[in-house]
Amino acid sequence: MSTLSVDTPKSHTHAKAEEKKGLSTAAKRRLPLLPALIFVIAVTQLPFLLTVFYSFQSWNLVRPGSRHFVGLDNYIDVFSDTTFLVALLNTVLLTVVCVLVALLLGLGLAILLDRKFFGRGVVRTLLITPFLILPAAGALLWKTTVFDPTYGLLHFVFGTDTDWLSEFPLASVMAQIVWQWTPFMMLLILAGLQSQSKEVLEAASVDGASRWRTFASITLPHLSRFLQLATLLGAIYIVNSFDAIFLMTQGGPGVASTNLPYYIYQRAFEGFDVGQSSAMGVIVVILTMIVATFALRLMFRTFSVDGGIK
Amino acid sequence: MRKLLTLFAATSLLVTGCAGAGSVGTGGSTLVIAIVSNPQMKDAISLAPEFEKATGINLKFVSLPENQARAKITASTATEGGEFDVVMISNYEAPQWAANGWLENLEPHMAATPGYDEGDFIPSIKQSLSYQNQMYAVPFYGESSFLAYRKDLFDKAGITMPAKPTWQQIADYAAKLDDKANGVAGICLRGKPGWGESLAPFTTVANTFGAQWFDKDWNAKLTSPEFKEAANFYVNLIREHGEVGASSAGFSECGTRYTQGNAAMWYDATVMAGTNEDPSSSKIVGKSGYAPAPVVKTQASGWLYTWALGIPKVAKDKDAAWKFMAWMTDKAYVQKVGATYGWNRVPPGVRQSTYDIPDYAKAAQAYAKPTLDGIADANQQKAMANPVPYPGIQFVGIPEFQDLGTRVSQQLSAAIAGRESVDDALKQSQDYAQTVGDSYKAVQ
Amino acid sequence: MTTLETRPSAATTAPPARKPKRKTGPGVLTAVTWIIAILFVFPLLWMILTAFKQEADAYTDPPKLFFSPTFDQIANVLKGGFLPYVSNSAFVTVLSTLLVLLLGIPAAYALSLAPVKKTSNALGFFLSTKMLPIVAAIIPLYIISQNTELLDTVWALVILYTSMNLPLAIWMMRSFFLEVPHEMIEAGRIDGANLPTLLRKIIMPVVAPGIAATALICVIFSWTEFFYAVNLTAARAGTVPVFLVGFITSEGLYWAQLSAAALLASLPVMIVGWIAQNHLVRGLSMGAVK
Repeated sequence: MSTLSVDTPKSHTHAKAEEKKGLSTAAKRRLPLLPALIFVIAVTQLPFLLTVFYSFQSWNLVRPGSRHFVGLDNYIDVFSDTTFLVALLNTVLLTVVCVLVALLLGLGLAILLDRKFFGRGVVRTLLITPFLILPAAGALLWKTTVFDPTYGLLHFVFGTDTDWLSEFPLASVMAQIVWQWTPFMMLLILAGLQSQSKEVLEAASVDGASRWRTFASITLPHLSRFLQLATLLGAIYIVNSFDAIFLMTQGGPGVASTNLPYYIYQRAFEGFDVGQSSAMGVIVVILTMIVATFALRLMFRTFSVDGGIK
Repeated sequence: MRKLLTLFAATSLLVTGCAGAGSVGTGGSTLVIAIVSNPQMKDAISLAPEFEKATGINLKFVSLPENQARAKITASTATEGGEFDVVMISNYEAPQWAANGWLENLEPHMAATPGYDEGDFIPSIKQSLSYQNQMYAVPFYGESSFLAYRKDLFDKAGITMPAKPTWQQIADYAAKLDDKANGVAGICLRGKPGWGESLAPFTTVANTFGAQWFDKDWNAKLTSPEFKEAANFYVNLIREHGEVGASSAGFSECGTRYTQGNAAMWYDATVMAGTNEDPSSSKIVGKSGYAPAPVVKTQASGWLYTWALGIPKVAKDKDAAWKFMAWMTDKAYVQKVGATYGWNRVPPGVRQSTYDIPDYAKAAQAYAKPTLDGIADANQQKAMANPVPYPGIQFVGIPEFQDLGTRVSQQLSAAIAGRESVDDALKQSQDYAQTVGDSYKAVQ
Repeated sequence: MTTLETRPSAATTAPPARKPKRKTGPGVLTAVTWIIAILFVFPLLWMILTAFKQEADAYTDPPKLFFSPTFDQIANVLKGGFLPYVSNSAFVTVLSTLLVLLLGIPAAYALSLAPVKKTSNALGFFLSTKMLPIVAAIIPLYIISQNTELLDTVWALVILYTSMNLPLAIWMMRSFFLEVPHEMIEAGRIDGANLPTLLRKIIMPVVAPGIAATALICVIFSWTEFFYAVNLTAARAGTVPVFLVGFITSEGLYWAQLSAAALLASLPVMIVGWIAQNHLVRGLSMGAVK
């Protein structure tokens, strides 16, 4: 795991230096890391401890005097709550589909942009803009001017009275999220494409390799870590999607587009059920940790294999 | 690159300086007011500088859509957060919060304000904001529900609206007037989830069908024959002759459709009349008639709702807060709005004296009386067939209802969207409701 | 991986530096690219158009492309107290970004050039905090900020945005730090330079573009953040997204005004992003290689 930097030659010299100056160097070396570490622990972990504490209580904010300890009752309730399961599945579906689609679209757009043509700068500027507007603005924009069944753009294009948000709620939300995140993926992949060694590409074309072969055997392998980084970053943000659901469908109809963040929000700010929403929060955190450990391990492995020189 | 960083640093200094200067304030007390972003409230915000000038009190408004405003205001009040000096709440919250001791009793303030005339408030509205006969919030506008219909389309189809229509009649008319080819729905009804959205009109329909949420002993009754009949009626009416996009249509969406000529009838809040008759946003000005809320088994079926202002117990400057509330709910305010923005934009349904103003009577000719009658008739005795253990007509006046209502409304919109059968939706809803009912049985 | 060779080309990817075999792509491909780009941003272009409509023109079937433009909506938004929100947003964005850099640069240094043991653990910890659902902690955060009198202040947001952006920033900047030629640092050390000097003289010049890209990402995420803002601020510290949702109303027509508000609210970051997009591409390209 720690091959990433500890086993490098540079580290060995450091290690030697460490031996000479004794333990204080190790401490000194850790010093620059500490402020950030302490800050992040204080801001993210302490509130979470409170969440754990609340999760063992029955506490409805709007019913004063209702607060008391109930042990594991909240957890039992959550596990027997079918909506929680639906929200969990929706979250997974939403994350996987959005990341994949945004990645593919981003790849396509990046390839289109990775060449000289008239107005390339303008096109790139246009394409990154959805990433720069407020997600809340994007969500509202899609809900109103795109999806509205009577006055929306899609109604005009297809001429049907389809009510997108209620007939395809999750897909509609996904479309908006993909729209928002494709530019980010595109930028990352474009960066990857532009960092390719020109010599290698030229050599390939001199050798008479077809464009597709060059792409498959040179460009794609080169892009793989850019794609991985894009996937990881995209997944981190998309799994927490809230704005789009909150503003476009409010999780409906029924619970068709409810994901975990939105469901927990509802329990907390509509039900004012602090105990149950906290229990859900704790469960989600545990699930996330499990997934994250695997994802990060995978990520570090690929990164240290190729990048171990430094 | 370095230039970029320098620029960034410079901007940051500038901005930091600005914000620092801004937060010092200009002296005098500052009130923070949480408000729902409806048009009448926006008018109040626009007029607020007059108040600031007259009193030297600074006002800061937080204006949010209903759901967000409610979540914020409730969280802040319940945890005694103290961010707000004045909060906008409804007759759903006011009595509950007063009972919890979260709100300031306003009677002493009203008594100390000459000319405020609390006796002028419409009795049912006043009653709905009171706890133990003391008012804990003062109403800004009040509403019942009624039915707007397009007189021109009715004439063309040769139908006359009866003085007291029944829901069966309305369903027949909706079928006749439904004109999908021309983009005109027979009727617009809310289907958007939310206890304050689709459940408001739906619960009034359920009430008049003889259904109820809970019986006197807190047994949930959502799968009773009456409730099923009402739910099937409501869902089928929307599905067959309702607006497109019904499962996500709330007041705003229905309003848009009706004022743009895409619906022949619309059953909703009485405040809709102001928008319907406003030439700047409506294409059907003067074409609407207004009939009382349709009934089945009860004498009346309109709901009762009011947006009102209250002072959280933890607010710091209660006198300044009251001064502002008095300004915004006074008779003089009505005159000011009428003179500044036109009489259609006056906050309706609160003060009887508003209905005696000749200008208003003229501007609101089509709907003033139906509104007033609807509000006067909106009580449980007239609108419900059976006694219930909770306050409220279109809502169940208990804290759990926000959550319960939202969940049930989600089931209802799933049924409207055709993703689920009405029976399944009600079965699921009954489970939710029974859990809540049980917690009250235990208390009794 | 031929990182060392690729880096220079990555850092100077401005179009002229690339000498492609085909000088301009076939016209058809260019046209297709243009069409796709315009379709892709069409909702946005439509929003800009709608911002200059009267409400009645915004609700038409078919949608109106031609209308008599008006500045009413823009004026309304500006009149509706937009500026305090912008100044809050700017304050929170700038300050939290500076804090991220202040805390993140030493941390990135510690995790790259002077690696502490268990680097990947520390890095993994930082990144894993990013994956936690922020909703899970919102009630405790609300109660904590209330007890510390931070509720509805810009400081609560500054703190939260800093911790929200710090993990990503450390991750990105660490990769940029790995770009610094090791020999240069050793040479500096032998000359007796201490850490601040090393940072200023040797490391910064190399990593500056990367830091700019990182800062830009932090600015974007802080400016557009909605969830903390809507739950933890009210009148005093409300940021631009909070202002924006105030334009949704449950009564009456509001699309044109909403579009105007959305346009104005997004404009600052849009402009910054447009100007700095080259840095973004360059910064990201370096970031991913390591």
